[in-house]
Formats: sequence, C-alpha cells, structure tokens
Amino acid sequence: MIPVDTPGRVEVIAGGGESTVRLEGAWTLTHFATIEPQVQALRAALPERLRLDLDAVSRIDTAGAGLLGVLLGPARLRALLDAQPNLAPERRALLDTVGCAIHDIFAYSPPPYDGFGFVRLLQKTGEAVDAIWCQTRALLGFIGLVLETLARTLLQPRRWRIASLVVQLEQTTLDALPIVSLLSLMVGAVIAFLGATVLNAYGASVFTVDLVSFAFLREFGAVLAAILLAGRTASAFTAQIGAMKANEEIDAIRTLGLDPIEVLVLPRVLALMLGLPMLTFVAMLAGIFGGALVCVLAIGIPPAMFLSLMHTDTPLSYFWVGMSKAPVFAFLIAIIGCLEGFKVTGSAESVGERTTSSVVQAIFMVILIDALAALFFMEMGW
Amino acid sequence: MNAATATVADAAPPVIDVRGVLNRFGAQIVHEALDLQVPRGVILGVVGGSGTGKSVLLRTIVGLRRPDAGQVRLLGEDLHALPAPRRIAVERRIGVLFQDGALFSSLTVAENIAVPLLEHTAIGARDARRLATLKIGLAGLPQDARDKYPSELSGGMRKRAALARALALDPEVLFLDEPTSGLDPISAAAFDRLLRTLRDALGLTVYMNTHDLDSIHTVCDRVAVLAERRVLVMADLATVERYDHPWVQDYFRGPRGRAASAAHAGPVLET
Repeated sequence: MIPVDTPGRVEVIAGGGESTVRLEGAWTLTHFATIEPQVQALRAALPERLRLDLDAVSRIDTAGAGLLGVLLGPARLRALLDAQPNLAPERRALLDTVGCAIHDIFAYSPPPYDGFGFVRLLQKTGEAVDAIWCQTRALLGFIGLVLETLARTLLQPRRWRIASLVVQLEQTTLDALPIVSLLSLMVGAVIAFLGATVLNAYGASVFTVDLVSFAFLREFGAVLAAILLAGRTASAFTAQIGAMKANEEIDAIRTLGLDPIEVLVLPRVLALMLGLPMLTFVAMLAGIFGGALVCVLAIGIPPAMFLSLMHTDTPLSYFWVGMSKAPVFAFLIAIIGCLEGFKVTGSAESVGERTTSSVVQAIFMVILIDALAALFFMEMGW
Repeated sequence: MNAATATVADAAPPVIDVRGVLNRFGAQIVHEALDLQVPRGVILGVVGGSGTGKSVLLRTIVGLRRPDAGQVRLLGEDLHALPAPRRIAVERRIGVLFQDGALFSSLTVAENIAVPLLEHTAIGARDARRLATLKIGLAGLPQDARDKYPSELSGGMRKRAALARALALDPEVLFLDEPTSGLDPISAAAFDRLLRTLRDALGLTVYMNTHDLDSIHTVCDRVAVLAERRVLVMADLATVERYDHPWVQDYFRGPRGRAASAAHAGPVLET
C-alpha cells in the first residue's frame, strides 16, 4: 500500500492492443509542481487507444482532477470514466465536474506586455501630453458646469443646501483652524529669525517687523492656508466623491432626479470659498504673532513698538492683496478635488491615483496663481 | 450513502464549535448565549430574517470579529488565542465568499485567484496562473473573464470569481454569505451542484448564509434558523419545517416556501 501523501505519478504502460494510463499517489495541490511536468511530457505522445487505471490514487482534489483533465482532454476523460464501473461515485462526480469545466490551461498565456524601446518612449510622451490637454479641457468644462449650476441654483433659494454647506464649512474650515494657526505661527517665527539674522548685519533688525507683516499679509497667509487646504481638503473631496462613484451612489443621485453637481459640488465649493478667507485671516494673525514673539523675546523689540511700527509701515492694501487671492485658491482647490473624485473608476487603485493627482494639481495651481498674482500686483503698484 | 456518512461525521469533533457567544454593538445585542456545532462534511444553510446577524455570526466564526463573550472554535482551534503563524495555518484551510465578492479591485480575476495559491503554496507564478484558469472554469466563468478587472464584471460574475478564489486552496471549510443571490436560476442550480460534488469528493464542510429556498431544498443537509438572538433550531429540513415558531412557519409555509417545497417533493436529487 502506498502512503497517502506520496507525490502523484503517472505512467503509460504499453500493452497489446491498448495502453494503460496508470495514476498513483496523491494528486493534490501540494504536489502540483511534481505532477504537472509529467502531464506536460506525456500529453503530446499519448496513444489513441487507452485504458485508465485510478486504483492506486490515494487522494485527488480539484487541482489533480484538473491535471488529469488536461492530460486526457474533456471528451476522452468522460469516455474513460464511463468505462470505470468500480470508481467511487464521489470521485467520479469530481472528475466529471472538473473535466467538464477544464479548458486548455496550458494554452493560456497572460496578455503580452507592450515592451520598451524608442517608439514606446515616443508613444508614452505623446500620451502624457495628450493627457495634460484632456485634463485642462476637463477642468475648464467642469468649471463652466459648476458656474452654470451655481447661476441656476442662486435664483431658487429652495434649492440652496444650507445644512450641507454648514457641515462642509465645519469639516473644512473649523476643523482646520488648529493646524493652520500652529503652522503659520511657526513659519512666522522662522521668518522673523531669518530676518533678524540677515538684517542685524546692517543694524537694521528693526525691519524684521516689516518683513514679517509684509510677508504674511501679502503672501504667506493666503498661500500657507491654501496649501494646507489643498492637502487636507482636496484629497478628502476626491476620496469622498470617488468612494461614492465606486459605490454607484452618484448614479443613484442622478436616477433620483437630482444633480450631483448641485448636491455634492456646490456646497463644497461654496464652503471652501467662505472658509478659506477666514483661514487666511487666521493664518495672517498667527504668522504675525509668531514673528512678534521672536521680535519680543529674541531681538528685544517691545510689543508696543512692534505694533506701532506695523501700523505706520504697512498699508491696509497689503491685507486686501492677500485676502483677494483666498477665494480664487478656494475655488480651484474645491473644483480640482471634486473633478478628480468624479474621475474615479471603481478600483481601490484608481481612488489612490485620483487623490494623489488632486493634491498635486491643487498645490501646483495655488503656487502658479500666486506667482502670477504677485507679478500683477507688483506691476499695478498695489 | 449520505445518511451513513452523516452518522460517522457526527461522532467526530465538530468543525465549527460556537458556545455561548455574545455579540453586541453598543446597546444593541445581536447574539446572546448562541450555540452552534457543525460536524464535518455537512452543508449547513443558515436562515434568518434580515438584521438577525447572519453575516455577523459568519464574521465571528471566521475570526474577523472577536465575540464579546463566549468561545468560537474553528477546526478545533480558538483563532483569537492562537499565535499568528498557527492562526494563518488554520485560515489557509478555510475559504470565505463575502456577500459582494470582495475581490481585489486592482487585480484581474486570474490574479485574484492566484493570490492565495502564491501566498500559501510552493507553486510558481506560471502554475498558479494555470490553476487559476482551472478554478475559473470550475466556478462557471467564461475564460475571457480571466484578464478582466472586477469593475468590468457583472455582479453574478464577480460572485463566481470570488467563489473561484475561495476554492483556490481546496479548503476544508467553505463559508458562503448569500452565494446564490444575484445569480440567475441556471447558474444558481449549477452552483448548488458544484457544492454537492465538492462536498462528496473532498469532504468539504459548508456554512452558508442563504435566503434561497431552492438551495436549502437541494443542497443543505442541515438548516439552522437564527432568531431571537440565538440559533433557534438546527436540524434537517423536514424537522425544521415542522418547528413550531411563527417566523419559521412563515418562512417555510409561506407562498415561496410552499412552492419550493412542492418543487423538491420528489426523491432527493441524484448526485
């Protein structure tokens, strides 16, 4: 008697009129790697007339039955099984089921990989450029769609989604307050230190006050808050809408006669456009406070002097220059976040890709617009 | 023959052994003092109204959820008490088909099925692919589904692909959550046949949450009714049908229950 777990073997014993295919041992998944080459080798040269001998098979599972099916082919396996009156019924049922399901598993090869090379490089480059163009067009189209929906909805106060707006405002703005203020405070302190170090060489460390207040009112307040929001909120929008898309919730919204732009996008865009100016204001205050701390504690400018210097040197227009950028940033961040969410196709991988893309695009747009705005305001002398 | 194997199986220790399990979500108690023993080689159908915690019980048994009280032993082991390597060894011997398939969305169907093969056996990528092809055929999927992603498949095809993945390692215990919901009647019947064949040939134990009265009639050796936070009754279908409880009577004596019962009134299906 063969021990139960001997690796399966197959041999063809040539007889007078017909040959015998004799199987023995365990035809199981564990021994797949041992049996499979034998099957491969015998398959090509299998004689026409056969007898099947399964008496020495200790165990057989679906993997083993599949291999037998591959060796003999479904039709012949069927015929040979019918000629086996002594076969246990459960084993016959297994071989029958598997044999009938089997396709030629050796014929299968995975789809070919496109390969490498110069042509492939050109193709990739072309695809990337085309993708940028499609992306820009989609973004512009989406902006138009949102503005159109906004215009339509504005006239019908019944369709304003105040609850949704307030929830978004809480999540995107109120919950972001601590991180925005802490970060601005630290950046303010760093700028003050930097200013003090450089300006001290000229005995002009008093101008640190101007450096901090100019920087935060004109640029850093708005940009820091916007970049934080791009990381924090654009990604959240993409993931929320993307998960809804994957779960067919967007389709459900449509079939219920609702407009996903109106239900999902408008509250988010408006909440961000209201919230980012507030966050920008807080970031300005926190940054200047951080700078003031350094001035008071490290440079020795008293608080009263800090305030009076700021009061005389900093025109109010700087504040408005900074604040005017906030709603623009907010609009772009929200639009990009939502649009990328709608592009999710259903796999977990695509949620990841779209979220990455939304954060990268949002930060890129914030910095690009800020640079253009800086040029514009400089030329205008504001 | 089935009766004979069933009595032998009863003597062996149960494959699934649930004792005194309590499952609670906040203030809501789903299961309380729940006992369930499933012998080897049995196809158990678990029925119960929506919200009676069929899926929760399945998740508790396979070790995805730690019960708030009581003990669950699967293949003789308490999964939560085992060190990681031995727990994995037990998990290797079970297959789970989740309600929505739970296929990995970033892998193709063939890759999904190859995952357990590559992780838990010594076979190489090429052989894993061939075996995956075999399982795809076995689960009744067309071969061109092989290189598709789950998002490109219909609901029923996703379910069959998930079954192929659950069967990849020829598990000893198969857990199925609503396996035939979303399948057309022909596929559902083929599914029932496949289950029976595998049970007879490989000694598979099947734990199946189901609402499909036809499945209950054709494949289930035992039926367990989940109600009032516990397993109300677990026995063969004839006994359960006679069990005196309003929900059980509504379920099996309702119009659908009667229709299914009439359709299967003849001799139990031939294998």
